[in-house]
Amino acid sequence: MVFLKKIWQFYYNGFKEMTVGKTLWAIILIKLFIMFFVLKLFFFKSDLREYKTVDEKSNKVIENILNS
Amino acid sequence: MILSSLVNASRLQFAMTAMFHWIFVPLTLGLGFIVAFMETKYYIECKRNNNAVTQKSEFWKRATKFWGRLFAINFAIGVATGIILEFQFGTNWSNYSWFVGDIFGAPLAIEGIFAFFMESTFFAVMYFGWDKVSKKFHLASTWLTAIGANLSAVWILIANSWMQYPVGMQFNPDTARSEMVDFWSVVFSPVAINKLFHTNTSAFMLACVVVIGISAWYLLKNREIEFAKQSMKIAGVFGLVSALLLAFSGDGSAYQVGKHQPMKLAAMEGLYNGENGAPLVAFGVLNPQKEVDNNEDPYLFDISIPYGLSLLAERDIDAFVPGINDIIDGGYTYTDYNGQTKTALSFYEKKERGEAAIGALRKYKQAKEAGNDSLKNSAYNVLQENFEYFGYGFMKDHNEVVPPVALTFYAFHIMVILGGYFILFFLVVLHFLNRDARNKYKFESQKWFMYIAIISVPLVYICSQAGWIVAEVGRQPWTIQDLLPVQASVSGVSADNVYTTLAIFFVLFTILLIAEMGIMFNQIKKGPENIK
Repeated sequence: MVFLKKIWQFYYNGFKEMTVGKTLWAIILIKLFIMFFVLKLFFFKSDLREYKTVDEKSNKVIENILNS
Repeated sequence: MILSSLVNASRLQFAMTAMFHWIFVPLTLGLGFIVAFMETKYYIECKRNNNAVTQKSEFWKRATKFWGRLFAINFAIGVATGIILEFQFGTNWSNYSWFVGDIFGAPLAIEGIFAFFMESTFFAVMYFGWDKVSKKFHLASTWLTAIGANLSAVWILIANSWMQYPVGMQFNPDTARSEMVDFWSVVFSPVAINKLFHTNTSAFMLACVVVIGISAWYLLKNREIEFAKQSMKIAGVFGLVSALLLAFSGDGSAYQVGKHQPMKLAAMEGLYNGENGAPLVAFGVLNPQKEVDNNEDPYLFDISIPYGLSLLAERDIDAFVPGINDIIDGGYTYTDYNGQTKTALSFYEKKERGEAAIGALRKYKQAKEAGNDSLKNSAYNVLQENFEYFGYGFMKDHNEVVPPVALTFYAFHIMVILGGYFILFFLVVLHFLNRDARNKYKFESQKWFMYIAIISVPLVYICSQAGWIVAEVGRQPWTIQDLLPVQASVSGVSADNVYTTLAIFFVLFTILLIAEMGIMFNQIKKGPENIK
C-alpha cells in the first residue's frame, strides 16, 4: 500500500511540477482525440468490418484478389 | 482508371504519412543515446566526488536535462503518428493487411508491448525522477528509454524487411493469409539484420548532426560556449562511429538488394542493360527520354567507378549484374543466396507461373465448395509450386514491374553523397575540437563552419528520407516482394475518400511539425542556463 502510494505521489508530483510538459501533454491529448475519435471513427473504418467470421473475411479477400 | 487512381491515392497517403512519421522517429532514436551518454558523464562525475555537487557534475546534469527536454518534445509530438499507418492498413490496404496475416501482426504486437511498457515506464522516471530516485536508477532509466525506443523500432523494421524478402511463411489458401512457420528466419533474415543496423545508425547520425547544428548556433551567438563544445564532442564521436557503421551496413543492404530485389538495384543505378564488371555510378544525370523499350542512352552525364557495382552486388569485380532489360528478358545465370547457380526466368515466364498460382487458388476455392478433395489437393500442389511468382499473375505487361527509375536513382545517389559528406563533416568537427582543446585556435572563431553545421541539419533529414524513398519506391509495384502487387492490395474504398483523409493528414501533420519546431526553437533560445 505504501509502495502504491509512493508511485501515485511520484506521478502526481511529476505532473504537477511540469512546465513544458503541460503543453506537450495538451498536444498529445488533442492529437489522440483527433486520431481516435475523428479519423478512426469517421474515416478509417476497416474495409472488412461488415464480415463477421474469419471464413467470411477470407472469402471476401480471396474474391478481391482473384478479381484484381 | 478508377483502380489506378485509388492505388495512387492510397500510395500517396501512405508515403506522406510515413515520411512525416519519419521526421520525428530518427531524432528520438538517436537523441535518447546522446542524453544517456551525457547522464553517464554526470553519474561518473558524481561518483568521482562521492556525490558532492561540483561545477562539473552540475554542468553535465544541465546538459542532460537540456537535451533530454528536446528529446521529450520530439517524442511527444511524434508519438502515435505511426498509428495512422496502421489505420491505413485496415481501410486502404485491407487485402494486403489480411494477406500478411500473423507475420505482420506478431512483430507489431511485440512493438506495442515494448513501446508501452518499456518506454512509458522509464520515460516517466527519466523526467519525474530527478532527485527522487537514486542516481543509478535514474541513469538506468535513461538508458532503458533509449534502448526501448530503438527496440520498438526494431520490430517495425523486421515487419518491413519481411515485405521486401518474405521468408519463414506459408500461404494458407483456406484463410488467404500468410502463416508464420519460422519466426527466427523472419527475425534474423539477412535483409532484416542489415535494415536494422542501417536504419538505426542513420537515426543516430541524424541526431548527432542535429546536436552539432544546435550547438553551432550557440557558438555563432557566442553563448553557452563550453556546453556547445562538449555537446559537439559527444555528438561528433557518436556521429562518426554511426556514419562509418552506416556506410558498412549500407554496403550490406545493397548486397541484399542485389540478391533479393535485383530490379530495385537496377533502378537505383539506372542500369538498363547489365554487364560483367558493371561500374557504379558515383554521380549522374538520367536521360528523361529513356524507357525500357527504347535504345536511348540511360544517362545524359555520369561519373562512374569501374567495376564498383559488380563488387557491391556480387563481391566480385567481374561478376554480371543484371539491368532492367535483363531482368525482364531473363536467361542470365546468377548465384542465389544459398550459393546455387540458377538461370533467371523472364518476366513472361514468371507471369505464366503467377497466373497458374492464381488459377490454382480459384480452383482450390471451387473444389473446396464442391467438396472435391482430389481436385482441391491437386490445385493446392499447383499453388504451392508456383506461389513464389504469385504476384506476377496480376501484371499485364513488363512495364508494370519496373519501379520509378528516376526517383529511385536520385534518392539513392542523394543518400550516398550526403552519407559520405557526413563522414567528412564529423571528421572536421572532431578536428576543430581537437585543435581547440590544444589551444591552437578557438572553434567558435570558425564562423563559416557554424553556418555549414546549421545548414547540415535539413540536409541530414533529406538524407534520411531519401533512404526510405530508395527502400520503398524502389520495390514498387510490390507490397510483398513478388507475391502481392499494389493493385491487388488495395481495398474497395473510393479514391475521393482517400484524398480527403490525405488532406486532413497533411493539415494535422503540418500543425504538429510547426508546433514541434516552435516549442523546440523556444527551448533552444532559452538555452540550458535556465534549467534547474
